[in-house]
Amino acid sequence: MIEIKDLHKSYHMGSNTLHVLKGINFNVKEGELVSIMGSSGSGKSTLLNILGMLDEADTGDYTLDGFAIKNLNEKIAANYRNKFLGFIFQSFNLINYKSALDNVAMPLYYQGMKRKERVEKAAHYLEKVGLADWSHHLPNEMSGGQKQRVAIARALASEPKVLLADEPTGALDTKTSYEVMDLIQGINEEGKTILIVTHEPDIAQMTKRIVNLKDGLIINDTKVEQVRAISNV
Amino acid sequence: MFDIERWQEIFETLRKNKLRTFLTGLSVASGIFILVILLGFSKGIQNGVTSQFERDASNLISIWPGVTTKEYKGLNPGRYIQFKNNDFNTISRKYNDEIEHESAFYTIWGGLVNYKNESGSYRIQGVLPGNQFIENADIGQGRFLNYSDVEDAKKVAVIGNRVKKDLFKDEDPINKDISVYGISYKVVGVFFDPGGERDESKVFLPLTSAQRAFNGADEIRNMMFTLKMSDDYNKAALESAAISEAILTDLKQKHIVDPDDTSAIRVNNTMEEAKKIYSLISTISAVFWFVGIGTIIAGVVGVGNIMLIIVKERTKEIGIRKALGAQPMSIVGMILQESVFVTMFSGLFGLILGLGLLEIVGPLIESDFIQYPQVDFNTAITTVFILVFAGALAGFFPAYRAAQIKPIIALRDE
Ligand SMILES: Nc1ncnc2c1ncn2[C@@H]1O[C@H](COP(=O)(O)OP(=O)(O)OP(=O)(O)O)[C@@H](O)[C@H]1O
Ligand SMILES: [Mg+2]
Repeated sequence: MIEIKDLHKSYHMGSNTLHVLKGINFNVKEGELVSIMGSSGSGKSTLLNILGMLDEADTGDYTLDGFAIKNLNEKIAANYRNKFLGFIFQSFNLINYKSALDNVAMPLYYQGMKRKERVEKAAHYLEKVGLADWSHHLPNEMSGGQKQRVAIARALASEPKVLLADEPTGALDTKTSYEVMDLIQGINEEGKTILIVTHEPDIAQMTKRIVNLKDGLIINDTKVEQVRAISNV
Repeated sequence: MFDIERWQEIFETLRKNKLRTFLTGLSVASGIFILVILLGFSKGIQNGVTSQFERDASNLISIWPGVTTKEYKGLNPGRYIQFKNNDFNTISRKYNDEIEHESAFYTIWGGLVNYKNESGSYRIQGVLPGNQFIENADIGQGRFLNYSDVEDAKKVAVIGNRVKKDLFKDEDPINKDISVYGISYKVVGVFFDPGGERDESKVFLPLTSAQRAFNGADEIRNMMFTLKMSDDYNKAALESAAISEAILTDLKQKHIVDPDDTSAIRVNNTMEEAKKIYSLISTISAVFWFVGIGTIIAGVVGVGNIMLIIVKERTKEIGIRKALGAQPMSIVGMILQESVFVTMFSGLFGLILGLGLLEIVGPLIESDFIQYPQVDFNTAITTVFILVFAGALAGFFPAYRAAQIKPIIALRDE
């Protein structure tokens, strides 16, 4: 599903250059649930953003579901983001003047779906994350966990092939984190490929594979015995 | 553009961001409103000034007698020139084709006028019917003097509004008798004069009646002619100067005055003054154009600023939409459509409000210098479109930029 080869990324700040990703090689097959770990500043978010096509690598190859992602114009990139990818941000990134339902329906609008269908589908996914009763609330009327679940519903609504989550539980307490992880595990079991950035080991244990980043390189990539989130709730 | 889904999305955004929509709309509407009021009043002032000076701008030739200062054909200097009916008639006949209105005058400067117990001192003038147009007198009641009044030397009078107010108060003066130095005249009309109070403190009698009553025989004090106005100022000026000169020459010859004697007979033609007034009016209109354009520029800058701020504020939202798969052009389109809709709607609202106010307040203004404040509808509409266009343009560039940058950069914006 995801193949990356010798990926490099640097940030330029004035005359300084910060080499963040120094040659990442890494594959993810369909249906995997992978966590990416590493200390702060190791480049996890940078990697995930590149995978999510929110950012671009400097050099290296990235193939998503057989398509080479390189030097795409914004139009095609927008199409891929819409069709292939669902992104869950640490800071939720909901549109604050739209209700939960409308936020979830957003990607569907950009898929060109009719309003009625959009609303039905968005309602379905909100129900799935347990927020059927909250569909008309605005984000700032909801707790962090609820907002993150709205964000998950939004990422799911477009039925992407790959779900990318950058510290989805970073802003949540342990109990809520596990609830969110339970949701993610459920989605994974339906066959979705999921990558999660986290630096909480217990969260990582709930995935099926842990990739460790350090100083811009993968230092460790191991399969793990998945812990069911529900058993900890 | 006519994508219903897109419109739904836009209306929802506008509705959910009421304050922003309201403030944008308010600033556009008030900008247009102020512009309309400003343009309206400048037009009003132009109208007022124009009508105030219009009569002075007409092509009026006045001829006054004086005292000779040069010896000529054996006649001593210091001789008073006295015009007679005959002088007037000669000129009137000779320049019949060029003259539009004409009047000879026999004037008593401070004449005592009585009505019942009220009395006052006013200028009494014996005139011809043409004086109505020369003075620009508006008949408020009754009529002006006519030719049969003059022919038969009828004892009738037309009084100025001031005279009416002084002597008649609220009474209807028509067909009442006033007495001028003990002679009764029947009031047949009341006139208003745009020149104001001073010009309304007059009593007009038929020339012949005045001459007869005040021992004037066939003497006249002075005469005035207006020429038919030609559209072209320069042509009118030349013609007017030529006729003034010709009349002067004729009269000097007739009264045996040295052609170089400038004070024996004076001809004044208003064409030179008209030129000043023409230029005054065009200066006023230039000033208001300047002010209007300045206001439009201020409006453009204002609307542009608002759009810049709005797009800046929405950068993160743009990033989110992009992350969810929005095409760059759909984002630009959305922002433009929104801004055009809001500016257009509120611009037209401000326009209608401004026009409405002018419509209501305009007629209530009682100033001679502001009349019929109004705005040319096309000018106003054009202004709205300029502002809408400016808003769209000012929104376009930042929106385009935000839509082109990587979503991660837009998302990082706080
Ligand atoms: N836009 C940027 N400009 C400059 N430097 C950046 C930018 N984004 C990230 N960096 C730097 O790149 C490095 C990697 O950042 P990244 O966000 O990928 O780290 P991370 O592993 O996600 O850390 P954390 O666990 O704290 O989220 C950091 O040193 C960071 O300061
Ligand atoms: Mg990070």
